[in-house]
Amino acid sequence: MQNPYLPYAVRIEDIITETEDKNLKTFKLAFENPADEEKFVYAAGQFAELSVTGKGEIPIGIASSPTEKGFVMFTVNKVGLVSSHLHTMQPGDLMGIRGPLGNSYPWELLEGRNVVIIGGGFAFTTLRASIVYMLDLANRSRFGEIHVIYGARSPGMLLYRDELAAWEARDDIHMHITVDATDDPDWKYNVGFVPTITEKKAPQADAETYAIICGPPIMIKFTQPVLDNLGYGHDHIIMSLENRMKCGIGMCGRCNIGRHFVCKDGPVFTLAQLNGIPKEY
Amino acid sequence: MKVIYIEKAQWASGLEKAGDSFRLWGPVRRGPFYAFDKLASGQVPALDFRNTRLSAKGLVYPQSEKMFEYTLDPGQPDHDLLKEAQKDYSPRAVLGIRPCDADAFELVARNFDTPEYQDPYWLRAREAVTLVGLACAAPCSTCFCTSAGSGPFSTKGLDILLVDSGGNFLAQVVTPKGEAFAQAAGWRQTADDTAAAEIETHRQAAEARITAHVPTDRLKQQDTLELHAAPFWDDVAFACINCGTCTYLCPTCWCFDIQDETHGRQGVRLRNWDSCMFPLFTLHGSGHNPRGQKVQRVRQRFMNKLKYYVDKYENGIQCVGCGRCVRHCPVNIDIRKVCELMNSYTLAGDSCAVVS
Repeated sequence: MQNPYLPYAVRIEDIITETEDKNLKTFKLAFENPADEEKFVYAAGQFAELSVTGKGEIPIGIASSPTEKGFVMFTVNKVGLVSSHLHTMQPGDLMGIRGPLGNSYPWELLEGRNVVIIGGGFAFTTLRASIVYMLDLANRSRFGEIHVIYGARSPGMLLYRDELAAWEARDDIHMHITVDATDDPDWKYNVGFVPTITEKKAPQADAETYAIICGPPIMIKFTQPVLDNLGYGHDHIIMSLENRMKCGIGMCGRCNIGRHFVCKDGPVFTLAQLNGIPKEY
Repeated sequence: MKVIYIEKAQWASGLEKAGDSFRLWGPVRRGPFYAFDKLASGQVPALDFRNTRLSAKGLVYPQSEKMFEYTLDPGQPDHDLLKEAQKDYSPRAVLGIRPCDADAFELVARNFDTPEYQDPYWLRAREAVTLVGLACAAPCSTCFCTSAGSGPFSTKGLDILLVDSGGNFLAQVVTPKGEAFAQAAGWRQTADDTAAAEIETHRQAAEARITAHVPTDRLKQQDTLELHAAPFWDDVAFACINCGTCTYLCPTCWCFDIQDETHGRQGVRLRNWDSCMFPLFTLHGSGHNPRGQKVQRVRQRFMNKLKYYVDKYENGIQCVGCGRCVRHCPVNIDIRKVCELMNSYTLAGDSCAVVS
């Protein structure tokens, strides 16, 4: 019997400090055993349990795209016991990952459709995975127009800044980067909250356009009415939730919203689905 | 179903024989209560009890269980790697378990044995155990198993059901595992043709003694969000002190926590029973807590047992009616009353009027 609680051994290959407050670091992990890497077949939107022996596990969205081979990547906010310890670890250190877990964004459904990605703060990780996945040479033609609205408090709090700049330069993706405020005279992108920029920049809704939205509760709360005004149906709004988790496989009982587990039945839900579920997230 | 006849005089000697091939567990007296424990050689289980204080779930799903072991000593080649903890999965028989507790294993299996994932600890321990149940002739006033899909003579989950018939037991052999246990104990005498009728008489008498009848027929058709928003939750939760007793005693509560515990450089990854009654159960790293208030947690417990589970598995309620939470709740919260409130709730109706 396969033990679903046993992590794969991985080694930290690289650590990148992402934000000016140094609270977000990206960990590039390589599998110790090539057979484990073959088993770790994932799609953008899924998550994994990062395991630090002696500290515990944390559920973190996979920030790399399945099209990027040889490593998996996670961007971790320094919050609690495990994530704080992780922030002290060095390249070469050994840790574990368990997964992939949960459901990805609905890539079969999105094929041939326009995709509007709306993200805020450090919830941009699986959205980064999605963008890299869709922009992959073999995949770009499988999707329609791609819009990205991504905001952070300040320019220094944006994740993946080099990649954002590279995507800005492309003509097959519409980037709308924004910050809440900045005194940087060289800032050449948007200034304003995500809901405001969404109102200005997001395309009008149609049957062929889906929004994927991921961010702090306050951003989601104020973005949803904007999408309603733009005519997005609730089955065309796709969200990724988080809740406290332990097992990640629907057994330990804590992450439920109604009869659904965020870990196993989510973390991806349409707003239409969420409308029928108690809002315990 | 095959019924064998066991003279009570053969009970102890049979158990001693079975002890050669099974680890024997059963109820023993501990102060004013009974608890399941390993039986010493020659020790017989206490069968003169109504029910144990803690359910039997811990026999298969210990309150604290090692999952993995590790060393953090960088001098060791396997440092920081998790290794499976060694467990004893040799055959084990549990004697005198009540039918409600055995039925609970069937119910909990829906959580631990799923198409996508199988919990290896629970499944191996469950596989290793043979359940020799004792039918309840005298149910408690708090029992409502017959409303919860179980019953004082239910054989669900059991391998053998013992029915006390005065000077002897009539033992219904339910599964091949039960057959193997009877063989090991040397109990071979098939009961005569009147046994089935006698068991049926005892069963009817026992069921007639259960006076609590809890309606569950409308739970499925109730609207989840309407129930969730019902006004009675504040009343239900008012006296609750979130002690978690109900969840720990419950044979069908399965929630757990996972923790690493290190002593020096050696450690174990453990899982421990957890409870939806505790705020930490759902506390996010950010400080946000989706069930930060007591009323939200009390509602979660009852909604999960009496609505979410009902909808998810289409197999009745997540409760076997053992009544432990009713008996031991320090503030007298009664799941039977809450079930009635939920079952009869209508948006327009006055929720106070439907409770007698």
